[in-house]
Amino acid sequence: MKLIILDHYSQASEWAAKYIRNRIIQFNPGPDKYFTLGLPTGSTPLGCYKKLIEYYKNGDLSFKYVKTFNMDEYVGLPRDHPESYHSFMWNNFFKHIDIHPENTHILDGNAADLQAECDAFEEKIKAAGGIELFVGGIGPDGHIAFNEPGSSLVSRTRVKTLAMDTILANARFFDGDLAKVPTMALTVGVGTVMDAREVMILITGAHKAFALYKAIEEGVNHMWTVSAFQQHPRTVFVCDEDATLELKVKTVKYFKGLMLVHNKLVDPLYSIKEKETEKSQSSKKPYSD
Amino acid sequence: MRGGQGAARAPVIQFTNCRILRGRALLREDLWVRGGRILDPEKLFFEERRVADEHRDCGGCILAPGFIDVQINGGFGVDFSQATEDVGSGVALVARRILPHGVTSFCPTLVTSPPEVYRKVLPQIPVKSGGPHGAGVLGVHLEGPFISREKRGAHPEAHLRSFEANAFQDLLATYGGLDNVRIVTLAPELGRSHEVIRALTALGICVSLGHSVADLGTAEEAVQSGATFITHLFNAMLPFHHRDPGIVGLLTSDRLPLGRHIFYGMIADGIHTNPAALRIAHRAHPEGLVLVTDAVPALGLGNGRHTLGQQEVEVDGLTAYVAGTNTLSGSIAPMDTCVRHFLQATGCSVESALEAASLHPAQLLGLEKHKGTLDFGADADFVVLDDSLHVRATYISGELVWQAEEARQ
Repeated sequence: MKLIILDHYSQASEWAAKYIRNRIIQFNPGPDKYFTLGLPTGSTPLGCYKKLIEYYKNGDLSFKYVKTFNMDEYVGLPRDHPESYHSFMWNNFFKHIDIHPENTHILDGNAADLQAECDAFEEKIKAAGGIELFVGGIGPDGHIAFNEPGSSLVSRTRVKTLAMDTILANARFFDGDLAKVPTMALTVGVGTVMDAREVMILITGAHKAFALYKAIEEGVNHMWTVSAFQQHPRTVFVCDEDATLELKVKTVKYFKGLMLVHNKLVDPLYSIKEKETEKSQSSKKPYSD
Repeated sequence: MRGGQGAARAPVIQFTNCRILRGRALLREDLWVRGGRILDPEKLFFEERRVADEHRDCGGCILAPGFIDVQINGGFGVDFSQATEDVGSGVALVARRILPHGVTSFCPTLVTSPPEVYRKVLPQIPVKSGGPHGAGVLGVHLEGPFISREKRGAHPEAHLRSFEANAFQDLLATYGGLDNVRIVTLAPELGRSHEVIRALTALGICVSLGHSVADLGTAEEAVQSGATFITHLFNAMLPFHHRDPGIVGLLTSDRLPLGRHIFYGMIADGIHTNPAALRIAHRAHPEGLVLVTDAVPALGLGNGRHTLGQQEVEVDGLTAYVAGTNTLSGSIAPMDTCVRHFLQATGCSVESALEAASLHPAQLLGLEKHKGTLDFGADADFVVLDDSLHVRATYISGELVWQAEEARQ
């Protein structure tokens, strides 16, 4: 596991965006070789999306040969509802970049047969060759996607009933009216994310500190579903100082001491503007687990 | 090509690098157009899984709904009130020449004229969609002859009429028909005006109060009967008095029918209305302000003597007088000039200035779903403006219909 600790939210977001940028460019995607990217919604990844958009606008990064798979979507919420994850992805990411709509995948929470929709999603991931990099955020209770506490750690994409904590937390997006908050969602399973070749989890803010502690300093536990990634061979946790408040000083010091090494993952920062030759020269891996 | 199967196959154009006026704000958004309409790109993305066929970089410009001029008497030497055999070509000429001023639709306006003029001219001005040939015609604005003698302004006294005898029948007899008519300006103090207002509004024709000596009570009754507009506020009506504010008092009246919104035309050319009066009106009732040019045939012609209706007009700079008098005879400031003057004089937001020339006139005519807005589904009539609100290009139904010299490649 890598634990990347940055001072503030904005630096954490930028580090994550740079990492994604380098991963895509080093992958060298093309018409026969798409980069598959798993994506989250929520407030945590917003800063990262902004940076990725900036890279695209500056001509350093293209999503032309990127396929995306989103983690989850509410059940029964109209697609064009401002709080739907379709709307979120459109407004905060897709409309700003050059991704082709055919290459984006978001679960349809209004499908007639929800389980069939989930099964089809798993098939689409498989058909795309699996996910190269799954980016995720977590809830204060340590849930990844909508895998609420108690979710099976080998779960696949399925219909999930939301925990009361989540419904209460989401009420603010629905005029504070609990009756309007969707109570069910479609979500990728913990197992689905575990199958990705690499997983990057963004955790920022003091309110997520306990979840980060549960995620990395205690055992694998289905009550803190993000802890499952202790068993993933390539996981990067990107967090800010606030999120480390519940960690042992020893843990924080160890990983901060590693920042010199870890920063080599984002420095040099690659650009698609560089000529192919330069890219191949500079694409030797600076670090591996 | 509008709606249906054809529109779905039409190319999608994405106007990028612009700020668009939507939801009362200038947003850093792209404008998507297909088949002459404004498209919801999110729907296109998720439902049709399509991207734009063509991108057009707007160079950071403002995209606003096309301007709508509901009071224009003519311009470029053309007088809509002149009964000729070929009114159509005159209207077409004005329609084309107002494109550089960002006007995408208008209501050709006829001043007080004898019945034979209405009979000859009205059938020759059909409602017509805009395009490369010129701005769209929304219908005719008939200003007079049912107006006050005292407040007739530049209207010829000999042709003024009343409808005291047979009310609506008198009006029909004068105009000869209302097929192409969109707005009628009348003085509500004329006998039986309420019957006439009710009959006109029942036909979907907008009734405007103007050239009138009505007190506030009379004006309020007219609004209760269905009137929704005030013709060039402050001009050709009783001056504001605190014990009887007259028609001007409608702006803050509490005796209007619930939910009824009164609109008022303003000639913001810096001459017809003192900037302080403009500010008073705007601050009292910003949502109802409709910028009109009230342009006369001398618009775009330059200084000298020109005809308006049955009269001679003398033009000097931005001022036009009835020849030999000090009576103002309509403006010669084009719409974009009025928008800029209004912005500068009132210190309102750019958004408000643009809406006064687009959204408000569209609302007045009940066209706000199609015109005066850049909402999804509306007609793609829009104007490309630089930061100082000078027109760079004009589009009608998504088609470029005019472009400034320096913007051309």
